Amino acid sequence: MKPKHQRLALLGLGALGLAGAAALVLTAFEDNLVFFQTPTELATKSVAPNQRLRIGGLVQEGSLVKQGSDVRFVVTDLSHSIPVTYRGLLPDLFREGQGVVAEGRFQDGTFAASEVLAKHDENYMPPEVVEALKKSGEWQRTTGK
Amino acid sequence: MHRFANPTRFVALVRAVQPWAAGIALVTLAAGLWFSLIASPADYQQGETVRIMYVHVPAAWMAMFCYSSMAGASAVTLVWRHAVAHVVARATAPIGASFTFLALATGSLWGKPMWGTWWVWDARLTSVLILLFLYLGYMAIENAFDDRARGSRAAAILAIVGAVNVPIIKFSVDWWNTLHQPASVVRLDGPAIHPSMLTPLVLMAVGYTALYLWILALRVRADINMSKVRALTLRGA
Repeated sequence: MKPKHQRLALLGLGALGLAGAAALVLTAFEDNLVFFQTPTELATKSVAPNQRLRIGGLVQEGSLVKQGSDVRFVVTDLSHSIPVTYRGLLPDLFREGQGVVAEGRFQDGTFAASEVLAKHDENYMPPEVVEALKKSGEWQRTTGK
Repeated sequence: MHRFANPTRFVALVRAVQPWAAGIALVTLAAGLWFSLIASPADYQQGETVRIMYVHVPAAWMAMFCYSSMAGASAVTLVWRHAVAHVVARATAPIGASFTFLALATGSLWGKPMWGTWWVWDARLTSVLILLFLYLGYMAIENAFDDRARGSRAAAILAIVGAVNVPIIKFSVDWWNTLHQPASVVRLDGPAIHPSMLTPLVLMAVGYTALYLWILALRVRADINMSKVRALTLRGA
């Protein structure tokens, strides 16, 4: 074996080992790497009272109620949903049917959010195209993954 | 490939590429900016803010592309001991770091109006910040040794080890819940972006790539000239 083949083999083995190690570490820390949890994930998990966490999903259509700076809405992933209360300014992209991430804690069944972030999806198009799609009946609400 | 391990031949290639890269960069960036800022529609959700995308997304692509080039060139350096491969890696690092910084800064400016925050520690944003640190670490190690050959080897190893971060950046939005949205262009079901908005994005991406090659050509030639100066000074001393 020539030295350069030896070095190539060493590099290949090193890269394999490194990729394997990275995969193991990332799998082990999966719970810490997710930025938010969905209502369905939370339904199967027990959450300690007063534990701070982030929930994410879609703002349920027709669920938004504003009273002054107090806001109430429902976060849903279309199979489970969580009612949320929040006091403060909402981001520009916050709207019913769109993705949202809320940080806070559970208080008697509702989620008291201290911060609300809007999440936008991967679809980009001009407004006229959306109108045309709606007219032709091709428009589908994105699932806001 | 081994043909170009010869510095003289490599410099000839670089000199031939440089004016083309410069011309393509200037033309496509001018056209790309015109399409981005004037001749493209606003987004149905984000309005005019979507125009940040045309600066941000190609910068993020280049950040990953430059790192991949740097890691690839470093592997060639270690295995085949081709000196010019290391010159390319060394010349790429600050360019890639600049693109990474641009992606982070414009992303932050975009995040505030859209998401409602300048920064979050989600998997995508954090892994790109790590990419910036890898570039900075590479440049630091490269210059930390009096014996330049040792510094080169240590830096090359760092570049290869750090390459594990590139697929993590790319797939972070698919593997974990993130605030950052998933890929719009490079994905299996085809682009989720309207052709009128894809045009400026592609033009900007071509322009950024040509700009990278242009700056790379300048830096590679300067680097090789510097080595010649060092060699001559040593001989004269």
